[in-house]
Amino acid sequence: MSTTGELILLTLGAFGVLIVMTVIGDAARLRMPQGRTSVMVETYMTRVQSWWAMVILLSLALLLGVAGVSLLFAVAGFAALREFLTLTTKSRADHWALALGFFVVLPLQFIFVGFGWAGLFTVFVPVYAFLLLPVISALRGNSDRFLMRVAETQWGLMIAVYCLSHVPALMTLNIDGYGGREVLLIAFLVIVVQAGDLVDLYFGRRFGRRKIAPGISPKTVEGVLAGLAAAVAIGAVLNWITPFGLWGAIGMAAAASTSGMAGNIVFAAIKRDRGVRDWSHLIPGQGGLIDQLDSVIFAAPIFYHLSHLVWT
Amino acid sequence: MITSNPTLRRIAARFVGHSIRLFARFTTAVRADWKGIEPVQRQRVYFANHVSNGDMPMIWSVLPPALRRQTRPVAAADYWLKTPLRAFIGPEVFNCVLIDRRPEVDDKPMDKIIAAIDEGASLIIFPEGNRNMGDDPLLPFKAGLYNIGRLRPDVDLVPTWVANLNHIMPKGEVVPLPLICTVTFGTPIHVGPGEDKDAFLDRAAQALLETRPEDRV
Repeated sequence: MSTTGELILLTLGAFGVLIVMTVIGDAARLRMPQGRTSVMVETYMTRVQSWWAMVILLSLALLLGVAGVSLLFAVAGFAALREFLTLTTKSRADHWALALGFFVVLPLQFIFVGFGWAGLFTVFVPVYAFLLLPVISALRGNSDRFLMRVAETQWGLMIAVYCLSHVPALMTLNIDGYGGREVLLIAFLVIVVQAGDLVDLYFGRRFGRRKIAPGISPKTVEGVLAGLAAAVAIGAVLNWITPFGLWGAIGMAAAASTSGMAGNIVFAAIKRDRGVRDWSHLIPGQGGLIDQLDSVIFAAPIFYHLSHLVWT
Repeated sequence: MITSNPTLRRIAARFVGHSIRLFARFTTAVRADWKGIEPVQRQRVYFANHVSNGDMPMIWSVLPPALRRQTRPVAAADYWLKTPLRAFIGPEVFNCVLIDRRPEVDDKPMDKIIAAIDEGASLIIFPEGNRNMGDDPLLPFKAGLYNIGRLRPDVDLVPTWVANLNHIMPKGEVVPLPLICTVTFGTPIHVGPGEDKDAFLDRAAQALLETRPEDRV
């Protein structure tokens, strides 16, 4: 089957899951007494609608190829960076450094990814932006909380630009015997990580007892194990779209899902520290873009690196 | 370049207005938080903190269309009449009530403001008078808000906090930063019977500070 054919098949599969979820929500709505609504059902339906939008956007981008995916994730990175830097420590002296982050570093990183220049996009943010932006802040001559300001800005760029850009970067890998189907790695990564998250969320809420990081995240040992098991199972089922083979796909799914959940806990700690519940109100029912993508952000660079290390 | 044909100017004003709102949405994802009032048609005076020239367009952008058409920002004539472009945007896009701040002019600003209210308009005003460049959250309020509240006691005075614009567009910078901006509308206040100017202005400043979302940093 052609890559496009496989992508269309995956998209239809995702549509099937969403249709089932929509029908379940509508059935719950119908069971409500006349003129009454349930907050839980309405929240669920808002989320399902947001998922529809996300699945459609991602499928279109994947079908358009590397340019489409780079553009989609550049826009997502812009929204994520905006959410992150809204909450970080900054002063007027950082104005130009932050403007460069938004208007130069971010577009350049996704252009480097779009052209597949791995020698550039793997070092641009952690070396060049890391060393250059603090200089620009320092030249304005305000040392008040300087280290906090530059460190938090760099964290934002690493998360919203560098890590996120490793999703489209998967398409630029050259895996032996995979026949240019690298775009399917993105579908594999996103499906495995998001499915693990969902199972963790609902299973953990119902059966979770032991908290993993008390005071920071509602995640429980039981939820995480269930999520990981679901991710591994889906990874095994989807091994036909990967170059990893059955056991390889299981290992990669486990690695991606584990790092994704770790990311979730780290972002929960940041939100706690800054006293916010969600990163923003961008996506109806789900909060901000980072709330939606936190696990993918953490998983993407690790997934990219492992694929590169073991299979190219 | 700037035409005097009224129809063309009206079309251009609508187009520029749309562009300003799109730009505000795209860069700052600006959002209204209706904490103390509902977005319904009532005559109101929105009084807001002032740190940047972007404050007024942000409040104007988050108002629903029906409310926006009814709402006129009160702004300085010396700023908005400086160039032909500003003279187009201020009075025709934002439909500003322009007041003259120069001390030698005895055209009374309050008369123009009251006239606008009597025509049924809601207003946006910045009671600090000038942009706040310091570290204090608010500068002392000018008497205008008190006089409006005393002369037209039925109009709701709504404290309106614009968050983050001191980082988005600090004075003297040309490139705005795309950080998230939130406009929070608080619970309306009125001038109490027999309340004096200073007591009311203190209470108004307090109401505005209470509208401010929790400090995050």
